Amino acid sequence: MRVFETCLVRIALCLVGIGMTVNVCADERFATQRQQMVREIRQNVADTTRYIGRPALNERVMTAMGTVPRHEFVPALMQASAYQNRPLPIGHGQTISQPYIVALMTDLVDLDEQDTVLEIGTGSGYQAAILSELVKKVYSIEIVAALGRSAGKRLQRLGYDNVETRIGDGYYGWPGQQPFDAIVVTAALSHIPPPLVQQIKPGGIMLIPVGSQFQVQQLTLVRKDEEGGVTTRQVLPVRFVPLTGGH
Amino acid sequence: MKPCSITPPLISITLISASVLAYEILLMRLLSITQWHHFAYMIISLALLGYGVSGIVLALLQDRLKGYFQAAFMINAALFGLTAVGGFLLVQSLPFNALELLWDRQQPLWLLAIYLLLFIPFFCAANCICLAFAEYPRQLHRIYSFDLLGAGAGAIGIIGVLFYLAPMAALKLVSALGLLSALTAAWEFRAGPRWLKPALLLGIIVLLLPGATPELRLSEFKGLSQALRVIGAEQIDQRSSPLGLLSTVSSSTVPFRHIPGLSLNTPAGPPEQLAIFTDGDGMSMITRFDGDLAPMEYLDHVTSALPYHLLDRPKVLVLGAGGGADVLQALYHGASRIDAVELNPQVVELVNDEFADFSGALFADPRVSVHIGEARGFVTGHDQEYDLVQLALLGSFGASSAGLYSLSENYLYTVEALGEILDTLQPGGILAITCWIKLPPRDGLKIFATAVAALERAGVAEPGQQMVMIRGWNTSTLLLSKRAFSPGQIDRVRKFSEQRWFDLIHYPGIEAREANRYNQLQQAWYFNGARDLLGAEKEQFFADYKFNIRPATDDRPYFSHFLKWRTLPEILSLRGQGGLPLLEQGYLILIVTLAQAALASLVLILLPLWLGKNKVKGGAGIRGRVLVYFFTIGAAFMLIEIAFIQKFILFLSHPLYAVAVVLGAFLVFAGFGSAMSARLREHAPVFWPVAGIVVISLVYLFLLPPLFRWLMPLHDINKVLVSTLLIAPLAFLMGMPFPLGLSRIARHSAALIPWAWGINGCASVLSAVFATILAIHAGFIAVVLLAVVLYMLAAKTFPVSSGIKAGKTVPGLKNLAGQDQ
Repeated sequence: MRVFETCLVRIALCLVGIGMTVNVCADERFATQRQQMVREIRQNVADTTRYIGRPALNERVMTAMGTVPRHEFVPALMQASAYQNRPLPIGHGQTISQPYIVALMTDLVDLDEQDTVLEIGTGSGYQAAILSELVKKVYSIEIVAALGRSAGKRLQRLGYDNVETRIGDGYYGWPGQQPFDAIVVTAALSHIPPPLVQQIKPGGIMLIPVGSQFQVQQLTLVRKDEEGGVTTRQVLPVRFVPLTGGH
Repeated sequence: MKPCSITPPLISITLISASVLAYEILLMRLLSITQWHHFAYMIISLALLGYGVSGIVLALLQDRLKGYFQAAFMINAALFGLTAVGGFLLVQSLPFNALELLWDRQQPLWLLAIYLLLFIPFFCAANCICLAFAEYPRQLHRIYSFDLLGAGAGAIGIIGVLFYLAPMAALKLVSALGLLSALTAAWEFRAGPRWLKPALLLGIIVLLLPGATPELRLSEFKGLSQALRVIGAEQIDQRSSPLGLLSTVSSSTVPFRHIPGLSLNTPAGPPEQLAIFTDGDGMSMITRFDGDLAPMEYLDHVTSALPYHLLDRPKVLVLGAGGGADVLQALYHGASRIDAVELNPQVVELVNDEFADFSGALFADPRVSVHIGEARGFVTGHDQEYDLVQLALLGSFGASSAGLYSLSENYLYTVEALGEILDTLQPGGILAITCWIKLPPRDGLKIFATAVAALERAGVAEPGQQMVMIRGWNTSTLLLSKRAFSPGQIDRVRKFSEQRWFDLIHYPGIEAREANRYNQLQQAWYFNGARDLLGAEKEQFFADYKFNIRPATDDRPYFSHFLKWRTLPEILSLRGQGGLPLLEQGYLILIVTLAQAALASLVLILLPLWLGKNKVKGGAGIRGRVLVYFFTIGAAFMLIEIAFIQKFILFLSHPLYAVAVVLGAFLVFAGFGSAMSARLREHAPVFWPVAGIVVISLVYLFLLPPLFRWLMPLHDINKVLVSTLLIAPLAFLMGMPFPLGLSRIARHSAALIPWAWGINGCASVLSAVFATILAIHAGFIAVVLLAVVLYMLAAKTFPVSSGIKAGKTVPGLKNLAGQDQ
């Protein structure tokens, strides 16, 4: 009997060992892929520098991109593609933007360590995790209940303690926590919600990617100056000028 | 198996032809709902190659099938019935995501699986017809005639059915019709095993049982799917017609707040709304309204409110009433009278009946008259004059920005249409057109260029004096006036824009420093574009701009086609940097469809020659002539049909009825022509029918536009009669070349019949896709001219000396290009 138990324990230990080895291997593989993804983003940015008006993206943003485990924010079947430079479906009719766009968007909001950020549209929580690496506090609201719940648990599990999530209507922001240094809106909108504009801190910024699923057509930046004046700026996420010739 | 009867199973042929054409039209509806129209177009085009494959397979197997005609016919008819519904259900279960085609390597494989599943019913139905041709070579004309008559009945019938049945229920009906065809064949042949008839009857009864209708599974990325995932959202109504599946959704926890173009500094909040989705997308809103206009203040803070600040209590025409947002806006601004035009009567029912309590029965307001009809037809068919004509936003932003409308003909955004609308304006009246803002600018600049062309055509020396354009964050509004804007009006334009943080794009006398202030772009693309389009360098600007923004015309009514080939490599090179949204998916899908269909057709046509020369008998010369003849008549028939559907859409003022009338008339009269050709074949060489087709086609090109303008005031039913009369002689003659040609080769080398049928089927598919590409680039006149050339080529290339040529297409392909307006 003892021999049998000993065998079982050994087999179990072997299996645990194999499992751990597999996990370690997988983690290493993902880490390698993540660094490759960061190199690819750097290259794409280098190609676009003159157009987006900056020589490179903020190094803190690139560090965050290289740190956050993107594979944890996509469905299990999609993990092998997590670090490819492409958008991915995350279920419930939602997508996660391609890494280059995430990096560019995060850079455009120009965040500081002491900032407080509001995100409208948690999705899988990836953008919130990136923001979490860069700022003091992130508030994130999701209107699809199932997505909001799973994103909240995921962020908690991964230790993003400075992210607070909520399921509900993001149109009026997060009452009680305003004003925000930055607001990132990833939900589809027919207009820029005036209540959200009011919740931007003077000198703050709101970013809205515009387009359809899988496609960010353009990025809209809403800036509030110190006097409360508001202007928007719309940029293409890509180096493209519509005219050739002498125009 | 009993020996074959003398008479072909004509009733069964009619039924199978009717059901396959109905299936094709229905499939377009089903796939447009579950996916998107342009994908539906591609999938069905490829599936229709089942006709081509049928001919090729039967060419190879014809020796083995000898003596089994009846069994083969019944099996194929029954298989059509089973796979029409079964295939679609399997397609629904596949994890295909059209939006990931460019990203995910697995998606093309799923797409291939869809092609194959949907191809089977077409293959089976085509087998029935082709088997009958091969079995009854002396009665080709009758078979073809009943085939066409059945197809015509199917085309008209399915549109009628869709008024009463939801698309999935209609699919069951079409499948039952397929089984009925098999059952009728068993009765006509007086053959088949004893269990066959009861089994088929049981199948028909099961399919017709109400209640067991499977659900349509929409892509999770369609607007309706996404709206229903929001907490507190629920579907509260669904109704269907051939014009679309309308789904009404309420969202209590997270209100919709759909207000495109709302100013950033508006003090007003939006009231509660219900969303109407058409085919799961294209959201239109019903707004809660109790007669109190105060909550509608937000409608003064969108770019489309501008004309109301330049006019006093205007008489308004709203083109595209939808859920009534533009009507509410007119009421809010004190319009004296509002005529609103809406194509889909069910939308009006929703606003005025089903949700009358919610909408305040908006369209029943004494100041409002709603007209069911197509916008362009309303403008040209009525002699009312207006102070303001409002053109609603075209489609949803998502679909528009992705280029999903690039294949859709649009007769409202053409130079001719704007000219006609201007004619309906009173002196000092204004036409207002609102578009989505896209970067880099496309729609906005194209509509500006179209307006300039319309004013120039009307003899206006300085169009810029009669144009104003502003833009907000995501919409732009263009105003065209019948006369130059006054300084007072210009002051009001500036004030309106400044108060709402809207940017000025153009007004007479605008300066560069006034542009690009609030909603800043990397460059003042809109202002610069408008300036260049009004200047002497307009042509150079069209040439230099990386998107096609030349005005659309009635002959090339593709307003939403922007892609230039020379820009494609640049966009593709920017794939990794978020450049793909610059691609116009609809147009590319068309090109990809043509490439796939061409490749498949090439393989299909050449395969029998390679695999079994003994199966495709005759010398190389004969085979070459059969190839050219049946390819050209198949292609030419389709080109003419597609082009004339478009011409008649303008006259009949209704995309759906035009397709039904034109398609039905073409098929039915072609059927009569085929029947008549049996009497003519010994005495009348194909030269005469072809000469008739050529002459009538060319005469129609010049005759129809003035004739339609003259007859436009006719009542709808009279227009249908006139259309039918005009189509009749052309279609009658077009029904002759195919049976004439087929019966001629039947006498000399009957083994070539299936091959000829297959070639004809492939040509039909290819030409249907090519017709749209040609129309986009050269116009529908070019499509007709190409068809004329092909017919003349056919007359030259008939295999035997006495000349016999004809035209047959895969019935029903014709609706593909013209159906979804």
